[in-house]
Amino acid sequence: MKKIGVGSHMQHGKYRFIAGFLVLPLTIYGVFLVSPFVQAIYYSFTDWTGLSPDFSMVGFKNYQRLWNDDVFWKAVGHNVLLLLVLPLITLGLGLFFAFMLNVGGRRRKNAAVAGVRGSGAYKIVYFFPQVLSIAIVALLFQFAYNPNSGAINSFLSGIGLDSVRPDWLGDPGLALWCVMAVMVWSNVGFYVVLFSAGMSSIPRDFYEAALLDGANRFQTFFRITLPLLWDTVQTGWVYMGIMALDGFAVVQIMTVGPGGPDYSTEVLSYYLYTKAFRDGQAGYATALGVALLIVTLVFAGIVMKLGRRERLEF
Amino acid sequence: MALRTERTEGSPRPEAAAPVVDSPQGRIGSEGRVLNVFSHGVLALWGLMVTLPLLWAVLSAFKSDREIFTSPWALPSALHFDAWGRAWSQAHMSRYFLNSVVVVAGSLTGTMLLGAMAAYVLARFTFPGNRFIYFLFVGGMSFPVILALVPLFFVMKNMQLLDTYPGLILVYIAYSLPFTIFFLSGFFRTLPTSVAEAALIDGASHTRTFFQVMLPMAKPGLISVGIFNFLGQWNQYLLPTVLNVGDEDKKLLPQGLVALAVSQGYKGDWSGLFAGLVMAMLPVLAAYVVFQRQVQAGLTAGALK
Repeated sequence: MKKIGVGSHMQHGKYRFIAGFLVLPLTIYGVFLVSPFVQAIYYSFTDWTGLSPDFSMVGFKNYQRLWNDDVFWKAVGHNVLLLLVLPLITLGLGLFFAFMLNVGGRRRKNAAVAGVRGSGAYKIVYFFPQVLSIAIVALLFQFAYNPNSGAINSFLSGIGLDSVRPDWLGDPGLALWCVMAVMVWSNVGFYVVLFSAGMSSIPRDFYEAALLDGANRFQTFFRITLPLLWDTVQTGWVYMGIMALDGFAVVQIMTVGPGGPDYSTEVLSYYLYTKAFRDGQAGYATALGVALLIVTLVFAGIVMKLGRRERLEF
Repeated sequence: MALRTERTEGSPRPEAAAPVVDSPQGRIGSEGRVLNVFSHGVLALWGLMVTLPLLWAVLSAFKSDREIFTSPWALPSALHFDAWGRAWSQAHMSRYFLNSVVVVAGSLTGTMLLGAMAAYVLARFTFPGNRFIYFLFVGGMSFPVILALVPLFFVMKNMQLLDTYPGLILVYIAYSLPFTIFFLSGFFRTLPTSVAEAALIDGASHTRTFFQVMLPMAKPGLISVGIFNFLGQWNQYLLPTVLNVGDEDKKLLPQGLVALAVSQGYKGDWSGLFAGLVMAMLPVLAAYVVFQRQVQAGLTAGALK
């Protein structure tokens, strides 16, 4: 009898405890994150300016306008290009450097493969950009790209390439590539560290066996390292894709305009920002946001589908 | 996930302990040597590409404005410290630093406390709606923040939280909760149940068990996610750019730095501008070098499942 009493009392206390611990996080999360997301979808069907409290429902008008908006399609094109190029280069370099760090070293006694000496130091340096605010990185490169006094062109002059001094951010054909270079520069280190951690947990005798069988080191990369790291690479792909679909800070801080000459660095996030907070078209801006969400979900779906493989346990 | 991180980051590397012995002559030996030279060459090249822009900024911060233009890669002829003074006081860098400290102190404390509480309850208790709430939180990781930004701006405006630090703190907490809860609930699930049960049988309340038994046990996980959140919030640019625009003096460090770049650039004070940039850069880099193992583990923790 007594035991049941204690039990139900405990049960009662348990629910009070659960509610007490969840109420504050859920309230903050609901008010500042969930509700704005839901509202965004609602506002995308209105003609709200954001300046006055009045607005009316306009159905799919914002989406029709999107469909015919050249700048929107330009921004989508840039985001898709970033989505294709950025993960490929960033993850590629990350895998390459991580493999060099872990397998590229001189052979030692009793070890088929070895990491290079000082791999810890390389990783410390590679990770530098990752701890800096994207605002710092974007400003730094805005100055570095300066055609007259910037670090890059004065370096080109220094090595005798005085005739090749591109206008970088001022050149519509180059500006977007400058943006990509900055994003690659700041993210490679993260993936080197991430992949390196994964690689160092692959048992060394896997490599030993493959090398004894006559494989060279580059074959071991594709036959052993990459398949065993696949899960991590896939996660990295999603991370980098989300990065590519953003790009707000780099475009806003670094590029001329901002948005580049002739909209050459316009991306969805920055276009949304200008529509909402400069042009007073909050309704249209949220429609842009919904479009961005759709691109994001399609991308995530593709990665999940393409990336599905049998999980290798070791 | 956390255990995995522990193992890969913490275990001594076998090759570090092995004595360095020249490999025997032969095909593999010479291949190894060529490869070794190649690896170091490539790795050092990327190392230079990472450090040179940073180094260039540091050099420029000690130069006169003329030198910045005429000899960008040369060492400064004399160490000019005056730009640092200008950036620190005239261009309000000291103010921006303080503002960021105030906001991040509040938001980081709130994130860790509320995140750990929610994660603990969701990981260790069964109750109706548990899974729904968990996925509601975790789902927040996959939505583009910019989509919520327009309505969020007006939510804040209606609550009179726009351009205020409490407002920013609440928003930072809200946008940090998804990852914090995802990571910490995974961590709490791996902790043994016996200690908490013993505490409850001894008459400790659930709340007391959480604060005095479970939180100390979760310390490694809290440190990882704490570093992750600290850097994310300290470096945050998008949210304050939209939600904290009222007063020049209330800007946070990253947005203040961008404002400084505009104002000093306008005045032609390039050295002051670089001094501001380096001032914002060096403390984070220094802290990172000291705690590099923890920082690397913390930032990659979410991706290493």
